[in-house]
Amino acid sequence: MVEKQHKTAENPVLMTENLAVGYSLKAEKKTIVSEVNIEFHKGELIGMVGINGSGKSTLLRSLSGLQEPLIGTVFLEGEKLNQISAERRAQQLSVVLTGQQISKNLSVVELVALGRQPYTNWLGNLNKTDIKSINNALAATELQGLKHQKCHTLSDGQLQRALIARALAQDTSLIILDEPTTHLDLHHKASVLILLREISKNTGTTILFSTHDIELIIPICDKMLVLHEGKCTMDAPQKLVENGIFSRLFPDKIIGFDPETSRFYLKK
Amino acid sequence: MSHSTKNSWVFLTLGLLLVIAFLANLWLGSVHIPMSEILYGLTGQEVAKESWQYIIIDYRLPKALAALMTGSGLAAAGLMMQTLFKNPLAGPFVLGISSGASLGVAIFILGGGFLGISVSYFSGSWGMILSASLGSFLVLAVVISVAARVRDSMALLIIGLMFGSLTSAVVSILAYFSPASELQRYIFWSFGSLGDISWSGIGILSICYGAGILLSFSVLKNLNSLLLGDLYAQTLGISLKKSRLIIIIATSILAGSLTAFTGPIAFVGLAVPHLIRQVFNASNHWVLMPASLMGGALLMLICDSIAQAPFNSFTLPINAITSLVGAPVVIWLLVRKKKLIF
Repeated sequence: MVEKQHKTAENPVLMTENLAVGYSLKAEKKTIVSEVNIEFHKGELIGMVGINGSGKSTLLRSLSGLQEPLIGTVFLEGEKLNQISAERRAQQLSVVLTGQQISKNLSVVELVALGRQPYTNWLGNLNKTDIKSINNALAATELQGLKHQKCHTLSDGQLQRALIARALAQDTSLIILDEPTTHLDLHHKASVLILLREISKNTGTTILFSTHDIELIIPICDKMLVLHEGKCTMDAPQKLVENGIFSRLFPDKIIGFDPETSRFYLKK
Repeated sequence: MSHSTKNSWVFLTLGLLLVIAFLANLWLGSVHIPMSEILYGLTGQEVAKESWQYIIIDYRLPKALAALMTGSGLAAAGLMMQTLFKNPLAGPFVLGISSGASLGVAIFILGGGFLGISVSYFSGSWGMILSASLGSFLVLAVVISVAARVRDSMALLIIGLMFGSLTSAVVSILAYFSPASELQRYIFWSFGSLGDISWSGIGILSICYGAGILLSFSVLKNLNSLLLGDLYAQTLGISLKKSRLIIIIATSILAGSLTAFTGPIAFVGLAVPHLIRQVFNASNHWVLMPASLMGGALLMLICDSIAQAPFNSFTLPINAITSLVGAPVVIWLLVRKKKLIF
């Protein structure tokens, strides 16, 4: 345990060096966010916010290796991300995406079991460790009762939990989630956020997620990442509130931010 | 784990039905042969009449084997297509892959006349397979590249339809300039037939079929990951490009070689995986694939037996029978389930 802590002190779970992300359209490169220098440590819960089109998804994809960064390097536990084999990367980093066409014919337990794919042989047989991880993931997300239900019978909130359970079963040190609270009502948003906080605290998993629910996450995140005008700022939520970055986030004609209560309000 | 015990019972039943259907298929036909004589013939014992021996070994057995391979191969291709395209309506026929194979064959049979190539039977069947596989591979490659750009399942189906009509346009141009004998050969081929395959044909077909099925089994785990979509599959450590390529090659070999020998056969590839999903409580391709193979073989043997129904010297075109059986099944599924899921 001591040795492990020592190791994490040396190698952040995820670190970037002068990262710039965006699209390459033909010969032209379109940078969306640049000069990203961030560091995540074990067990941290990090929320990423920014207006639509600020590059949240692009940055998340680049950090999870689904997209090549334009410049700079991503380090996953001290190793260059693009030099880690896809299979080993899948054992270190799991991802929860929104708007994917997943087969709704899968049952919850089948869906969660797919998280064990990086560990199984070509037959995909599950051993005792795999089954234990699946059951732990189901227990953490309180899905045991829905285990054998097909995904098309689940509500949006339940499906989101099942997708998180799948990522959890992958037993990785980092989970990256793209807008896990979108399309959910306030109650389900809160329960997903609390679930994420519990996972990071109980299992030591580092969790990075993007969201539009700024007010909700200020009290629960260890750090927040704000994307604004092509730059990326990371700090503790309270510091960011004090810096006044949230007041500048939206055009100030319509929306204001009250640092006292950490709440947005409508002007006029 | 009650699901897996239930599944093994269904597997057992399916296997039993398959054996019965296979024997029934050998038994049915214009000439009545007692079942005991058929079993003698199969096990290499003396059969009462020499003509019976000939009918069993050189006509009915290759036909039953062709039905077995066609049904199971097309069902496997359909299952892989539905998972790869995340589309319940995908299948070798709907996506224009069979049309691609038809185009290949049309160019081979009808186009050969232009170039004055006359082909011997043996090089003919390899040529047919090659042109059909190439045709289906090309169509699949185009469909895949379009599918990567258009993230809309409707667009894919329309593209499949367009390939169907492109094919018939090219075929009618070829037909217009072709001599009657070659045109007739093509038309008969397009009706679909399981009965015209010799043992050497069965040999060639089983090599292609075996290769296609082996390739399919090598990507079953990847197919499971693909159930979550392309991006998720990548985050699970799957090489998307490699898996896609293997799936496309396996499908084109299967659809191409089978179509070359038996003609374009509709609905088996589309309907069987859906029927199997109704019966088996699983999304795991290690269950669905063997089950689809068995189900496809069973359906094809039954369709072929129905094609013999008049018990005259002629049989009905197999293509018509699979459509007559398959179309109502798909309609019934849609009405009952409101929507199809892959």
